[in-house]
Amino acid sequence: MTGRLLEIEKLTVRLAAGKAARPILGGVSLHVERGEAVGLVGESGSGKSVTCRSVLGLLPEGASASGSLRVNGEDILTMSSTRLRELRRRDVSMIFQDPRASINPMRRIGDFVTEGMRAGGVPQKDALKRAEELLESVGIREPGPALHRYPHEFSGGMLQRVMIAGALAGGPRLLLADEPTTALDVTTQAEVVSILTRLRAERDMGMLFVTHDLELAAAICDRIYVMYAGRIVEAQSAEGLFGRPRHPYTSGLLAATPRLESDEPPHGVPGRPVSLAEAPDGCAFAARCAHVRPGCTEREPVHREIDGAQVACLRAEELIHD
Amino acid sequence: MTEHALEVEGLRKTFGDHVAVDGVSFSLPPGGSLAIVGESGSGKTTTARMLVGLERPDAGRIRVGGRDRSHVARGRATRLARAREIQMVFQDPYLSLDPRVTVAACVEEPLRLHFSMSPAERRARRDELLARVGLGEREADALPRRLSGGQRQRVAIARALATRPKVLILDEATAALDVSIQAQILDLLAEIRRDTGVGYLFVTHNLALVRHVADDILVLYQGRVVETGPTREVLAAPEHPYTRLLLHSVPRPGWDPARIAADRRALAAALKETPPSPASADPLRHVPETNSTERSAAQ
Repeated sequence: MTGRLLEIEKLTVRLAAGKAARPILGGVSLHVERGEAVGLVGESGSGKSVTCRSVLGLLPEGASASGSLRVNGEDILTMSSTRLRELRRRDVSMIFQDPRASINPMRRIGDFVTEGMRAGGVPQKDALKRAEELLESVGIREPGPALHRYPHEFSGGMLQRVMIAGALAGGPRLLLADEPTTALDVTTQAEVVSILTRLRAERDMGMLFVTHDLELAAAICDRIYVMYAGRIVEAQSAEGLFGRPRHPYTSGLLAATPRLESDEPPHGVPGRPVSLAEAPDGCAFAARCAHVRPGCTEREPVHREIDGAQVACLRAEELIHD
Repeated sequence: MTEHALEVEGLRKTFGDHVAVDGVSFSLPPGGSLAIVGESGSGKTTTARMLVGLERPDAGRIRVGGRDRSHVARGRATRLARAREIQMVFQDPYLSLDPRVTVAACVEEPLRLHFSMSPAERRARRDELLARVGLGEREADALPRRLSGGQRQRVAIARALATRPKVLILDEATAALDVSIQAQILDLLAEIRRDTGVGYLFVTHNLALVRHVADDILVLYQGRVVETGPTREVLAAPEHPYTRLLLHSVPRPGWDPARIAADRRALAAALKETPPSPASADPLRHVPETNSTERSAAQ
């Protein structure tokens, strides 16, 4: 084991040529240390899900990628398909947003949870025993009989626990969670998050948590990356992000989020989020930014470090956002 | 006492053995804003659907602008008259707009259905409605697929406002939108309420949102009203354990999901023994009979 648990460097992804080789990620760099919970926050089209999925080598069909993407020092982009399958089974697991769309409705729960173990050569009997323990650890009552039930017999929250159990089956070091609670009720969300954070701590797993919800990311993550139009615009500690957002987009997002504890009504950010393909030259946020000045539309801002925060904004030093 | 824009009494709906809505009562003053909150299965969407006539209640009364609509509408004229008074904006603007109909035609349809207008009058009113929600000629000619989620929801709002309703039901109407766009739509809705005096009924599970958009709140749990009152008071000092649970479930700094999970199990266990009944939960707080300005004047 060498290097960081996850290290993505200057990852650029373009969709298949043909119509137009549209870029969807533009030089994304991020890392997750062992045992660390990291948030990846952005709106639709920001590229957060593509980034997350690319860690498992799940790029859109025909897409080309450059840069590097290493798990424990091994580059995913140049990995053989055999090694990649092994990695997905053992080292890196993913929890998807909608359990109903990601778990085969025709197969029993036991089949789903044991799939990776059976593929890895674990005997059926041992795999089922292990699956029972996993279901118990995510709080499924009567885990034995549950193994023989079908997905439709579970509520959304319960099925998401099943997905977590399945993700843990290979004993992964890195957990990728792509909006795992977005389809759930708030009280169910709390329950699923509590299971996820407990198991992550117990097993000392690293986690990349993708969400559009800054408050949720801040509540469970140590560090947060904010994405806009296929690029990372800001990265800092959850606390720092809320206390002193450095990028105008981050402070815009914070101001737009309705708060329970604040009288300040939410303020919209003018315009709409764009994808990297639609983004003009220079800073992609410039068209919506209240602090824009001529230089912003000329060149793409490079990342700089300011007080422990990584920011891609030309005016980051002079602007203080409350 | 002013006449309520919307008044609901003892509303009940069962699907087979399952009681979806059980004795729900509330009222909305003209130009007021009420939020119905609860999680899936609480009966909030069924309640909304009964109000607009998409479901028929098994019992209870619904009055809009003082007129009873508990019985099935007799004839087309009555049905249209009811539809004019109350309109609805749905959650997913990708599903609620016909993909083959242009924005202009979409907004003109209710005008054609409900009013006798000359084509020129209709176009003028259509443009006025689109301008009201911040859309121009370019969007008017477009099909929904050319529009962003936020723009689509603006179309849905323009269309709902076409009949000059007294009440607009917003069923998770901003939940599918990006947060920076959601705030724009909330601004727009606040402006429209101020200008037109339409009343809002928000159906949502997002308490942080409710805090900023609703004067009053109604908390539903398993089909029953467990708490109701002015939003500020209920959120500052929730009395029912379920309201407290909902409130604690909102992620924020210092959030403790493990405790919420424990509270939720405890609540479910306690309520299994004694299910919430309207009689025991009521009266925690009453929805005031008057609107907020009169209430403060009376105090």
